[in-house]
Amino acid sequence: MNQLLILPILLPLATAILAALARDRPRAAQGIALAGAALHLAGCATLFILIVRIGVTALWLGNWPAPFGICLVADYLSVIMVLITATIHTAVTVYACRDITAEQVSSGFHSLLGILTGAICGAFLTGDLFNLYVWFEVMLMASFGLLVMGHRPCQLTGAVKYVTINLVSTLLFITAIGLIYGLTGTLNMADLHGKIALVGDDALLTAAAMLLMVAFAIKAALFPLFFWLPASYHTVPVAVSAYFAGMLSKVGIYALLRLFTLVFSSTAAITHSTLAVIAGLTMLFGVIGAATQMEVRRILSFHIISQVGYMALGIALLTPLALAGAIVYLVHHIIVKANLFLVSGLIRQGGGTLHLPRIGGFYSRHGLVTIAFFIPAFALAGFPPLSGFWAKLVIIKAALEIQHYTLAIVAALVGLLTVLSMAKIWTEVFWKPAPAVQHEQKTDVRFSPWLLAPVLVLALTTVLLGLAMEPLLQFALTAADQLLDPRDYVRAVLGGTP
Amino acid sequence: MHSVILKTATRLMVGLILVFAVYLLLRGHHEPGGGFSAALVAGTGFALFVITEGPGQVRAAIRLRSTTISLLGLGLAVVAGLPALSIGQPFLTGFWWGPANAPWLGTPLIFDVGVFFAVLGAILAVLLALEEF
Repeated sequence: MNQLLILPILLPLATAILAALARDRPRAAQGIALAGAALHLAGCATLFILIVRIGVTALWLGNWPAPFGICLVADYLSVIMVLITATIHTAVTVYACRDITAEQVSSGFHSLLGILTGAICGAFLTGDLFNLYVWFEVMLMASFGLLVMGHRPCQLTGAVKYVTINLVSTLLFITAIGLIYGLTGTLNMADLHGKIALVGDDALLTAAAMLLMVAFAIKAALFPLFFWLPASYHTVPVAVSAYFAGMLSKVGIYALLRLFTLVFSSTAAITHSTLAVIAGLTMLFGVIGAATQMEVRRILSFHIISQVGYMALGIALLTPLALAGAIVYLVHHIIVKANLFLVSGLIRQGGGTLHLPRIGGFYSRHGLVTIAFFIPAFALAGFPPLSGFWAKLVIIKAALEIQHYTLAIVAALVGLLTVLSMAKIWTEVFWKPAPAVQHEQKTDVRFSPWLLAPVLVLALTTVLLGLAMEPLLQFALTAADQLLDPRDYVRAVLGGTP
Repeated sequence: MHSVILKTATRLMVGLILVFAVYLLLRGHHEPGGGFSAALVAGTGFALFVITEGPGQVRAAIRLRSTTISLLGLGLAVVAGLPALSIGQPFLTGFWWGPANAPWLGTPLIFDVGVFFAVLGAILAVLLALEEF
């Protein structure tokens, strides 16, 4: 049954190839992409159920046993990430049916999205450090293609920043891989778990851990290396920015979560204390950056940064509760953030612009959009009983438990500032009467169900997650236990002797 | 570029380079070589061709869009992994056909050919785009 592990990677790749062959007929390409996304979601859901039932499972690709071959491993963390990726992939594909032009489809939108999804799932499932690097590369290439699609000058400036900083990150990553391979002679993560403790050279090991941390911090947009994110996310089509906002930086967080529990948990205390400081600064600077912005997607971009800080904090604290908090936060954040970006597309359609002073009056005119914004926005800000409240609560509680009072205060304060800037969008776009002078704003905009359906479904998911927090938290706690005590993981990968 | 020396040399070289690429591709399973490096070598052959004859000629000669070549290669690589799934082995497990001591066709070779075209298509796309810029 472990054959299922390959599906989350294989299905989007196959979709990408078929969609590319049909790209001169945009409607056919769209149909293929929709079918592929639905199959992907079904496949990932099946994998999720299977892993919850039978526990950690590994698949040796090509039947080469680990640690010699490359293996895919699905534990609780991997399967929930893969499931959430498939959810966002499906939502974005549905949304793209109206948001992405035929021209963009024929320049390969669906293929790039498919390859990006396959790569993200690959990164979540792989049990090999070098393979993780390869998936990061594939992700970078596909996301670069999506960033420059349309060839507008502002897209290129954003894309150049994005690619340059990400190439630096890649370089650091590969350097660290070289060091680790030199020190231990293996790159299989389960194998590393055992062998890293045998390394005598602590200084070199810390250096490798630090290099990895910086590499992933760039990917995850942590302080002070976050500037590429707000520079690029507001320049792309809405569907693309929603997917990026949901998934891209979270792969960096996932890599941190995986590497700094499974591989570097006992040896490199300095990395975790550094990460805690960085996490605090990331939260603070992200939210302050958001306060100065007046464009909806730029505000949301800065909020990604401040929210990623919470997850990094959870990783840095390294207690079961903190890790569970980080996982709950990941799940909550991906859904909410992708949803908010999708809603920003509706706001632009209804108001003609995303610039706050020039729009208004949505509350009286677009009821559904108002609901669709209200739920994720105030989930993000941490209003009970929505999912963000619980995620923040768990992280702050974990910080208080081990007497990290400063970080707990920062986390609470940042939550407050998030409310402020969500309220800013709320008052400007929804409550404020529509500005008098406006040419672009049409009064009788009707939103296509293709655009509304994914937004409302994601909003509903947010509400349900908030109401059913107990099972999710239990799941996250089990996932955190698997990370902190990876005996099952190691046994699944290496067989027999842990 | 108009250079008789380059043009004459290219005629001689391109064929040799492509043959060498195929050689690298075929020996790749057990010895250094394989789809990736073969595609890089073949790419240099096409680069010479692009420099002397211009991108238009090359586009006409390869007929397919370079990104299509790339994706077909990716498709071939995926397909090479599928036979294993049908009998319950992990994805990409190798199968060989032919005499047991010297099998001449196997799924790893098909996979390598897929990699070859995926990489070659990507190189061609970059080359042609840069040359037409």
